[in-house]
Amino acid sequence: MAPWPILSTITFLPLLGALLIMTLPKTEAGARNVRWLALGTSLVTFVASLFIFAYYDPANAGFQLVERKEWIPGTGIIYQKGIDGISIWFVLVSTFLTPICIVSAWKAIHDRVREFMISMLVLETMMVGMFSALDIILLYVFFEGVLIPMFLIIGIWGGPRRVYAAFKFFLYTLFGSVLMLLAILAMYLKAGTTDLVVILHSPFSFELQIWMWLAYFASFAVKMPMWPVHTWLPDAHVEAPTAGSVILAAVLLKMGGYGFIRFSVQMLPQASEYFAPFMFTLSIVAIIYTSLVALVQTDMKKLIAYSSVAHMGFVTLGIFTLTQQGIDGAIFQMLSHAIVSGALFLCVGVVYDRMHTREIARYGGMARTMPRYALVFFIFTMASVGLPGTSGFVGEFLALLGTFEVNRWAAFLAATGVILGAAYMLVLYRKLFYGEVTKDDVRAMPDLNWREMSFFAPLVVLTLWMGIYPSSFKDFIDPSVAQIVAHQQDATGHAPRTAAAPSVELEASR
Amino acid sequence: MTATIPDFGIALPELILTGLTLVLLMIGTFGKEKSMGLVSAGAVLSCIVAGALVVTTDLGARTVGFENLFVIDRFAGFMKLLVLIGSALALVMSGGYLKLEKLQRPEFPVLVLLATIGMLLMISANDIISLYAGLELQSLALYVLAAFHRDTLRSPEAGLKYFVLGALASGVLLYGATLVYGFTGTTSFDRLASFHAAGEVQQVGLWIGMALIASGLIFKVSAVPFHMWTPDVYEGAPTPVTAMFAVAPKIAAMALLVRVLTVAFGPQTHAWQLAILVISLLSMAWGGYAAIVQRNIKRLMAYSSISNVGYILLGLAAGTEKGVEAVLIYLAIYVFMTAGSFGVILAMRRGGHMVEEISDLSGLAQERPLLALAMTIFMFSMAGVPPLAGFIGKLYVFRAAIDAGDLAATAGVANAFYVTAALGAAISVVSAFYYLRIIKIMYFDQPSAPLDRQPGFSLNGAILVSALFTVLFTFTFLVGPVVGWADAAAQSLVR
Repeated sequence: MAPWPILSTITFLPLLGALLIMTLPKTEAGARNVRWLALGTSLVTFVASLFIFAYYDPANAGFQLVERKEWIPGTGIIYQKGIDGISIWFVLVSTFLTPICIVSAWKAIHDRVREFMISMLVLETMMVGMFSALDIILLYVFFEGVLIPMFLIIGIWGGPRRVYAAFKFFLYTLFGSVLMLLAILAMYLKAGTTDLVVILHSPFSFELQIWMWLAYFASFAVKMPMWPVHTWLPDAHVEAPTAGSVILAAVLLKMGGYGFIRFSVQMLPQASEYFAPFMFTLSIVAIIYTSLVALVQTDMKKLIAYSSVAHMGFVTLGIFTLTQQGIDGAIFQMLSHAIVSGALFLCVGVVYDRMHTREIARYGGMARTMPRYALVFFIFTMASVGLPGTSGFVGEFLALLGTFEVNRWAAFLAATGVILGAAYMLVLYRKLFYGEVTKDDVRAMPDLNWREMSFFAPLVVLTLWMGIYPSSFKDFIDPSVAQIVAHQQDATGHAPRTAAAPSVELEASR
Repeated sequence: MTATIPDFGIALPELILTGLTLVLLMIGTFGKEKSMGLVSAGAVLSCIVAGALVVTTDLGARTVGFENLFVIDRFAGFMKLLVLIGSALALVMSGGYLKLEKLQRPEFPVLVLLATIGMLLMISANDIISLYAGLELQSLALYVLAAFHRDTLRSPEAGLKYFVLGALASGVLLYGATLVYGFTGTTSFDRLASFHAAGEVQQVGLWIGMALIASGLIFKVSAVPFHMWTPDVYEGAPTPVTAMFAVAPKIAAMALLVRVLTVAFGPQTHAWQLAILVISLLSMAWGGYAAIVQRNIKRLMAYSSISNVGYILLGLAAGTEKGVEAVLIYLAIYVFMTAGSFGVILAMRRGGHMVEEISDLSGLAQERPLLALAMTIFMFSMAGVPPLAGFIGKLYVFRAAIDAGDLAATAGVANAFYVTAALGAAISVVSAFYYLRIIKIMYFDQPSAPLDRQPGFSLNGAILVSALFTVLFTFTFLVGPVVGWADAAAQSLVR
């Protein structure tokens, strides 16, 4: 047990920083102080979040560092926080990426800096709060609270069509969320409590499960986003400022995947099994269709946005195999995608800051003029493609392995997505970096500066670390996933669908 | 029948408030416009005194008095406090407006107080007679207030419209009252309740009477289909009066509707439940859709209030303790977010005049960041986005609706509740659109001519208090007690 409430601290520390920023003056010097204060706050939060490792026991599959307080007395709604081997990583990804985003926005955001930094820090509070919440109402509060700062970030600092994108993002997500709220209330009334730990072990009738599953699906499928409700994502990504895109891709999409695991699979096991073929179908369509769409994009951000939808297809595929490998793979894929797609959006931001265009055709031959940038971009391209040795490989491989055991055709079709993924990413890389430098403004672009290298370095290290030694992450994930799978089998009364021992695939992945 | 001296103690807040109002009326009459400051401050103070009396009165048990005409219980205490807060906020916010519009007549605060006394009587009414007396005292004062800016064209028009339609509604209500009296021989809520319990005949006539009384009250809370007066009156009335209309009378009328339906007609829940459910759905939907095309922010707030009333009625339709609790919690939050929004609207002056187009807010975030932030908070809260207070209100309303569905006797009623809850949730997304549009105009658009800076601490203070309440509600000491009080109040009513 931790001697101090770590999770509440890292949830509300950014909010405190945001309040301090509000008191700073609105001058040029004030803007500098705002930046440093925001960076300082987010770094302190990150360091504080690392203390989780000091008190977290990876062998224990249950919730740890649990904090419990009265919230709304007499209603069963409590303020409860805690993390298990799954949510720990999403909490850390959130605290890890926020300082990076703040550094990346150092120069790019020069208008209304104060409001921007406040929005980023409030966003961090919401993200950490959501992943560490152990009460379904509390979780919902943070889940939907994310919309407010993100709406402002897209709408104020976004591109030319930012208003349209911000509204589309907000209304799409809100629509899913309100249906989820009804399911949460139905759960609350049936179970008599909103304590997530209790609800995980409360059985619901099959008919009720079906309805609740559909309501949760509406929310998480939009958030994820799954085909065919993914259309808000390309718009939001293209219009959002770089830092907003990074958070959107790296953390906000993961809320959907986390929700699928936590709510759909863990709380509604029979319904999840019933809908698994449906989810397989949507996932495979997403993988193949959005990969093909990504192939023909002329806008860098849009291409990466569509690739996100495809990668999230592997996640939903993995989750609904309902096997150890599949869910492991899905979680790993989400972590990898958080780092890699976040980094790719940062890469786009680097050239966008210099040229103010995202048209792929406007660039070319940058490998000659910007070698450091080319190397960084190359590493993340390979990770996105899923090259062994990078983080992208482990997740995709495990998810496909899980799928193969359940449905070979699904695995076969999904595997074509890997090939298509390689195609669009390599085409992108060729167009941007190879060939002759034909344009003067491209030639004039300076290579990465120290500030940019400072935020790419940790991302490169993590990408390779996750690819080369995934165990340091999987050791945390495995026990919690094993518990989910066991619970699933208990509830549905099936023998384990996975014949292979859970450790086999680890060796295979090296 | 022997005449006994009634126990005046149970109506102490009303009596004290009446006394203070008469004193202020005298001061205003003799002091003319010079006494405006004193009368205004006195009026706010009177509300605070009455509020303190309401809070300190022991409401442990239900007490009736004045020959069963008057009742106090926890429900009445909760609602009276909300009404007094609403009136006090409207009074505080009106000061600057009256000064700038040269409307400094001491009748204004006095009329507000008289309307407030009417509302307090409505909340404590335990008989159709006292219901009507309270309702008319409130309405007459409000008709005058709507026409208070008599040198403009719009304000008397609004007053007249409100008066004619309000009189019509009162007539409908009275006709319903005569039917009820004719078929049951009583006007007392308590005896009506036991009359139903006895299950006597003549139900159809009684139901028509009940429907007409409810229609009159639904007019007062401005729910579809009796909402037509709302946008016009909101737009035409002086803005502080609109702020008043949007808050306190709504609470009083809602309290009355809740009491009439759950106490007097409580045993007949099945007879009114579905009707209220339909009205709730129509109000949510019409309020949500019609607001989208509005350009005038006061009209927009009118439709927004219609939509909010729809959500409140969803709680009432449940007819359960949870339902009443949801109504109370929603109203408590509604007071602050609505009063706060009108505070921001009152701050919209340019070149010495009120501006009321939504587009006049454009770029507000760059010139008046704090004002824009406050408005953003209110708008997100109205849209029901957590962690702001409005979310908790919606949460409880939907909880009551789903719970009512679970408890419903027939599958048809259960499905009606589930479907309405789902549609209500979907409509809240539609309404989110126009709330977001205001935020978009304030934050994403370029600034137009700057708004006047207003002197005076009171308006900004009222906005600040409302904004703090809305932001802090969910995660602080506020949510626990409010929910606790609402729960106790609901228990006192639904037995």
